[in-house]
Amino acid sequence: MSAADLLTAAPSREPTRHSTVTRVVIYGLLLFFALVYLVPLVVMVMTSLKPLDEVTGGNMFALPQKLTFDPWVQAWGEARIGVSDTAGIAGYFWNSIKMVVPAVLISTLLGALNGYVLTKWRFPGHKLVFGMMLFACFIPFQSVIIPMAVILGYLGEFGNTLTDLTGFSFGFGNATENLVIVHVVYGLGFTTLFFRNYYEAFPTELVKAAMIDGASFFQIFRRILLPNSAPIFIVTVIYQFTNIWNDFLFGSTFAAGDQSPMTVALNNLVNTSTGIVEYNVNMAAAIIAAAPTLLVYIVGGRYFVRGLMAGAVKG
Amino acid sequence: MAFLEINGLRKRFGSLEILKGINLTLDKGGFLVLVGPSGCGKSTLLNTIAGLESITSGEIRIDGDVINDLHPSKRDIAMVFQSYALYPNMSVAQNMAFGMEMRGVPKPERDKAVAEVAKTLQIEHLLNRRPSQLSGGQRQRVAMGRALVRQPRVFLFDEPLSNLDAKLRVDMRIEIKRLHHQTATTIVYVTHDQIEAMTLATRIAVLKDGELQQVGSPYEVYNSPANLFVADFMGSPAMNLIEAKVSRANGATSIVVERPNASKISLPAPSSADETKLRDGGAVILGIRPEAVSDPESADRNSKNIATFNSLVDLVEPAGSDTFVVTTIAGKEVTARMRADADVRPGQSVAFAFNLDKAVLFDPASTKRI
Repeated sequence: MSAADLLTAAPSREPTRHSTVTRVVIYGLLLFFALVYLVPLVVMVMTSLKPLDEVTGGNMFALPQKLTFDPWVQAWGEARIGVSDTAGIAGYFWNSIKMVVPAVLISTLLGALNGYVLTKWRFPGHKLVFGMMLFACFIPFQSVIIPMAVILGYLGEFGNTLTDLTGFSFGFGNATENLVIVHVVYGLGFTTLFFRNYYEAFPTELVKAAMIDGASFFQIFRRILLPNSAPIFIVTVIYQFTNIWNDFLFGSTFAAGDQSPMTVALNNLVNTSTGIVEYNVNMAAAIIAAAPTLLVYIVGGRYFVRGLMAGAVKG
Repeated sequence: MAFLEINGLRKRFGSLEILKGINLTLDKGGFLVLVGPSGCGKSTLLNTIAGLESITSGEIRIDGDVINDLHPSKRDIAMVFQSYALYPNMSVAQNMAFGMEMRGVPKPERDKAVAEVAKTLQIEHLLNRRPSQLSGGQRQRVAMGRALVRQPRVFLFDEPLSNLDAKLRVDMRIEIKRLHHQTATTIVYVTHDQIEAMTLATRIAVLKDGELQQVGSPYEVYNSPANLFVADFMGSPAMNLIEAKVSRANGATSIVVERPNASKISLPAPSSADETKLRDGGAVILGIRPEAVSDPESADRNSKNIATFNSLVDLVEPAGSDTFVVTTIAGKEVTARMRADADVRPGQSVAFAFNLDKAVLFDPASTKRI
């Protein structure tokens, strides 16, 4: 909410004598930094559209002489990733999708539920619980790895037991599901923090009114809180999506081979030590790897600052 | 038996006692106003009736049923909140129907009830709008509509008018009063505005620091305040409170006000006071409303007990319909209500007529009325 307030409450721009000069300087600087920021992306896109001989023989900033989409096709479906037999990054891309979508949705919904309980259904010790969840945000990734591996090991054993009993593991021990669990647990601290702070400002009278109207705990959550949480929901989804999609450490630790997520596959493709380095294919793969986060920002960014709570209470 | 009954209600937050044994009753169709300064516990009391706060001890009954431990939704009450608390994601009609929807009332019935109440409140044209598209007064109406539509046994209002501007507040006050007349509902209403309390209530309960100071009709609370706090709190401008002494001589009791730079004033004892409790030489506080202090020409002709004396005018406040004249008697500011066209200027010595039929005496030690 505070970010939205700041943006909507931009100071009025009143033209002054110095305004033209100031504005040229400001926009000039902004333009310069935007260009600096965009150069890598432009080079990546151009390189990915050139044939390999043009890349190795020519200038990095030169426009493609002969436009080709072959590197993209190769990166998606043909390139050899590490020592794996799977061709292209397509399979890994779907691994990442299968990991990110449930992990983001589960962690966001649980975070919303936590925020709801920590603000509207306070219990003795709620501050301590929130403090501990907040602490989760500061735990470095590396320190989680070994305990997490142990827990995932137990879950894998449990999956084996289930397979023996029922013939089906219910996903326990599956690398993608393991990563979903890891990311949900690790992300919960952040999502809880976001939603708690948002719901802290959410009018409690609405909850009381719904209680008197006869709505239950979950009905209040689903009918009153969630429909009014769009801004923070989108913020959380963008944050979680970016973090989980871009994660490399957990992906490379808890998943191997064909079950690796996109980031690990990209590393394996680029770090290949045999044959020539196909920069154009690497660049295409890197852009494909970055595309989903870019898309989430473009789609979600518009809703980022919309204050949907306007008019909820007071005049 | 009373419809709403509160017996020995106590509410404690840790070691802090917010409500210290409240006893209250309200008949069916009554309009009870809980009034008091901020932090007196009036909102807490309302929340305990609603079930939004638990109680430490005591009993709350509606129509004979003890509702102490019932969930708010099971108490058959409806509440109008200070902030209106309309669900921003729902239309006006959905807002009003939400309570019935949660109770599993079928849609045709819900629509019918909403339409009826919308007609009473003249908000039919707003039914498809969102709360954010409504003005303050319209939101207020919708909030009342949401309460009315379920036809609960008791309505609770938590300072519903305090977010409106002055003119709209007066309009909505009249609206609420009319609604109460039309529907004959039982209402408990919290406010810190003593004018709202006077105009709306059939029964006023004045609270201070979690204790009831006085419960009674607006007339009783205004004219026979139980103690100095109630006398001072109710009425605007506030009641004049003047330190005085009792003098008993020749079987007649009089109240003597000493003035440092002028002759002392001797007034007959107010007819409301219990003379047997007045002791010669004892200190008392004389309470008299500004409208009982006037210029001699506009003093109440039916009063048998008028005392007139002169005093210097400190300040003149023309209020349009009346002129309030402030003078100092025995170190205390005394406000008199005079005719609108009274020709009074600061510094003048003017005759003030005290109507002692309308005066009351307080014991300064116990602060109670004598």
